[in-house]
Formats: sequence, C-alpha cells, structure tokens
Amino acid sequence: MLGLTPQDWTAVLVSLVVACRAVAVALPLAVGVAWLLARGRFPGRGLLDALVHAPMVLPPVVVGFGLLLLFGVQGPVGGWLAHLGVRLVFTSAGASLAAGVMAFPLMVRTVRLSLDAADPRLEVAARSLGARPLDRFFSITLPLAAPGVLAAAVTGLAACMGEFGAVITFAADAPGETETLPLAIYAALQTPGGEATATRLAFLSFAVAAAALLVADRLARRVRLWSQT
Amino acid sequence: MLAVDITHRSGDFRLSASFAAGPGVTAVFGPSGAGKTTLLSLIAGALRPDAGRIVLGDEVWSDTASAAYLPMESRGVGWVFQDARLFPHMSIRDNLQYGARRSLGRKRVAELDDVVSVLALSGLLGRRPSGLSGGERQRVALGRALLTQPRLLLMDEPLAALDHARRLEAMPYLARLTEAFSIPTLYVTHSLSEVVRLADRIVVLDAGAVAAAGPVWEVAQSCPLINRRSDAAVRLDGVLAGVSQGYSLVRTAAGDLITAPMEAALGSSVRLVVLARDVMLATGERPANLSARNVLPAHITAMTGLGDGVVSVRLVLGRGAVLLSNVTQDAVQALSLDVGKAVYAVIKSAAVEGARPEGLMDLMDD
Repeated sequence: MLGLTPQDWTAVLVSLVVACRAVAVALPLAVGVAWLLARGRFPGRGLLDALVHAPMVLPPVVVGFGLLLLFGVQGPVGGWLAHLGVRLVFTSAGASLAAGVMAFPLMVRTVRLSLDAADPRLEVAARSLGARPLDRFFSITLPLAAPGVLAAAVTGLAACMGEFGAVITFAADAPGETETLPLAIYAALQTPGGEATATRLAFLSFAVAAAALLVADRLARRVRLWSQT
Repeated sequence: MLAVDITHRSGDFRLSASFAAGPGVTAVFGPSGAGKTTLLSLIAGALRPDAGRIVLGDEVWSDTASAAYLPMESRGVGWVFQDARLFPHMSIRDNLQYGARRSLGRKRVAELDDVVSVLALSGLLGRRPSGLSGGERQRVALGRALLTQPRLLLMDEPLAALDHARRLEAMPYLARLTEAFSIPTLYVTHSLSEVVRLADRIVVLDAGAVAAAGPVWEVAQSCPLINRRSDAAVRLDGVLAGVSQGYSLVRTAAGDLITAPMEAALGSSVRLVVLARDVMLATGERPANLSARNVLPAHITAMTGLGDGVVSVRLVLGRGAVLLSNVTQDAVQALSLDVGKAVYAVIKSAAVEGARPEGLMDLMDD
C-alpha cells in the first residue's frame, strides 16, 4: 500500500510501540509534576522545575549519554534493575525511556498550561461543597485540565516518535526493536541509494506529526471553551 | 448558634471580630474593605484565624488554643459566592448534586425537587453553565449551596452581580428562600436596603472591627454607621388583608397599614419597609384630616441624638412592633417628646415600601 515496504511498516510499528509505551508511563507522571508546579508551594520547587525542563535545553545526545550512565548495566539504577533481570540499554523499553524523558518537559508544560487556566476558585467551591483533596482533583481539577492532558498525550506521542539523538545514544539502532522512523531515515541515508526509502519515511513522519498536531489543536480549543465561565 | 471570636491579620489589614449568630438571617454589613469577605472565609474554613475560636452549636470548627481545626470540606457550610462559581464541565443537574452527593450523614434540609421548583430551575437542568445568564447562574449557585444540606448558609453579596432594579425584585424571593428552608444564614452585603429587607439581626463591620451587633431595628438606631443614613429603616412583616382599587391593607404587628396597591394574593405574606425619615409624630388628640392614611398609637422607648439637630426616636406600636422616626431637635422641644410618652406615628401610604414575593423570577432571568 502506498508503495511502502514491510521494513517501512516495521519502522512505523516500532515507532508507535516505543511512543505509546513512553507516553503511557510519562503522562501520569507529567500530570503529577505539572500539578505540583502549578499548585504546590514547597522548598525545591524551582529545582524540580529546572530538572524537568533540562531535557529541553540539553543536546539530546547528552541526555542519552546521561541515561547510559544511570541506566547502563554498570550504572546505579541499571545495576539495580539488572538484579531484577531488567535491562533497558539497547532495548525497545530503553528506546521508550529515552524518548519519554525527552518528551517529558513538553508534556508537563502542556498540562500545566491547562491547569493554570483551571480557576482555583472552583476548587474552593468544591471544597465548600464537601469534596476532599483527591476527590477535588479527580472531579474538578483533572476534568477541567482534561483537554490539556489529552493534548499533552498527543504532542508527547509525536515528540516520542520523532526523538532521535537520545534514542540512538541510549538504545542504539536495532531494526525491529529500537529502529523508529527517524532512526530508519538516518539508516537509509547512510545506505547507498537509500534516498527513496528516506523520502517515503520522511513523508510518513510528516503525516503522523500533522495528524497529531491537528488533534492537539482541536483539544486546545476545548480548553479555551471550558475556561470561559 | 454560631459563635465567633477571632483575630486575623493579612498584610496590613487586621480583622478582629466577636459575635454570635442564631437562627434566621444575620446580615454582615459594612463598607468595602471592612473585612466582610475575610470573615466569611474564616468561618467557611478557607482561612485559619491567627487566634480565637469559631464554634457552631457544640462543634468546634476552629480553636487556636487547642489547635483544633475542622477542614472546610467537613464543616457543611453552603457558601454562595459573588461570582456563582459553577463547574463549567458539568450540567446544571450535576452542579446541583455535587454537594448533595457529598453530604451523606447530615440532616437533610433541602430536596432536589423542592429546590428546583422554588428556584424555577427545571428548564435549566440539562444545560451547561456557559449558556446561562448571570441571574440564572446565581440561582443555580443558591440551589447547589442549599442541596449540600448546610448547617450554615454563607451568602457573599449574592445579588452584587445583578443591576439595581433586578436586585430589588430579587430580594423578596431570597427572603422566601431563607424562610422556606430555615437554615441559619450569614448574609454579607454593603447595601442597607438588603439588610432591612432580609435580615433579622445585623453585625456591622468597620475597618476590621465589629462596630455594632444586634437586632436590625436596634442597631439601625444606635449605630452611627447606619442611623445617620437617609435610608435608615425598619421592616414590618405582615399579611395582605385587603385589596381595593386605590390601596392595599396589610395586617402587621404594628397594626393595620394602608399602602399603595400591591400585586399580591390576599393572605400572602409581605414585607414592608418604613424609612425613619418617613415617619411623623403627633401628640395630643388623634390627628384627623390627613393625607397620610396611617395614624398609629405608639410609645417612645428610646431617643438618640444624631447630630445636626436630628433625633432618632424609637417607637413601640401595637403588638411590640418597632418603628424609627427621625425628627428635628426643634420638634422634640415643641412636642415635649420624651421616653415613655404616648404619641401617634403618622406614615404616608405612598411611603411604605411593599416587597412583592411574586414576579421576580422573570427578572432574575436577565
């Protein structure tokens, strides 16, 4: 179909698996961190803010290298995980980790924007009506921020599918395992006569990204509608 | 019975308040910046007082001496905000039931069907807050607060978002609401006419301190923040006893009052407001041949000089009803007015303000 080869489809599938897994794990964390940053008043808040945003300003290779040091078999976290029989480096799960870390600040920012748009006075009203903290979060805060959370999921998905530097550094390029679309494009360009493959994959990437942005835009519009009270 | 005795500081502002509020409507009255909303936030539990106690019945809500503090969500207050604060992602029905679902275990004071019919909300239930007018939103907010089965109702200038005419029309309706569900209510306002029409008791706040507290008729005479105002007044509750072409007859504790025609059903309860400046006094024989149709026997029970040669006279009439009359020092001397003296209170029919209980839902609809 569309002149795509089985290898092309494998790259798309690997990208989707890597990105979906990354977002599934990162999104709840991003919501929690965004809530802490938007509503929390605690010492070390500035530090958390800086730490969360670091992947945005660091070269992706540095992030991938940092992950290697932390999660490598000899690393402090990686060594502990190895005891449990879990290995992340050079695996599909590792690719998700690298992509998820890179997309994390983007997701936190998107969620936080919608949390800031959610009127905290409504939470006071909910409190006066008898809602306890967790109840308030799930009945008022999260639904009000839901369009932003969905938008964060979509942009996070797109960012994870597009991540290159951190993924190739931490998870390497293993076709069918860690070779996502950008890695496949890069590999094709390294191959003599691979330009046609690279072009096909580039268009595929573009289609996926455009679809994600369209969905994100629709959801952002709903956030604005809801905040007009 | 709500008992408040607290001090609280935020920035340069210092609030120090001590008062008690029983059943019925207690107005919290004062100019902007007097600390009314801060007081309400402390009672609701949104703020913790720096020092003091807040107690409802036998339940301690806040006590700095014993470090007791009941969180807002456990107090069971129905808080009606100036801005309705409806939840935009829920239907009106879900907004109304939000508090009701979380009020299990409290004594039930309001049922959904009653609230919906009293507030005329049946047509709104399926809609979202974004499509509602200001008046409609405020009605939903009232209903939501009532359905939380509150032990105390806090109203923070609920009519402030409405324009003057609508506010006047809405007041008798609010009065009916507080009577129908008989929940102790604190009603914050800086409008004296709302106080007179709605409240039984009043707490006057000025610059963070309680300037006066007590029955409205008493404070209306004794508190300089109120008695010097041209709209100082008292309320007479009565029943519409007769309607004729040119007038209405209202039976009150002060006696039968003739008022301008009212569009209310015979036998319905009405609230009349009589301004102190509209009450004349006469001594000696009962005056006749007056255009003022109401001549009621009364006794003077108190007199307070207001300055500028004006004296506020408190009268007791009929079955213990109280009226205030502002007269000049000159008149006091000419008529030898003094405490204990029997007089006639003379009130023009046209000067009696009657509050109609019906016909305001349309106006609250914007």
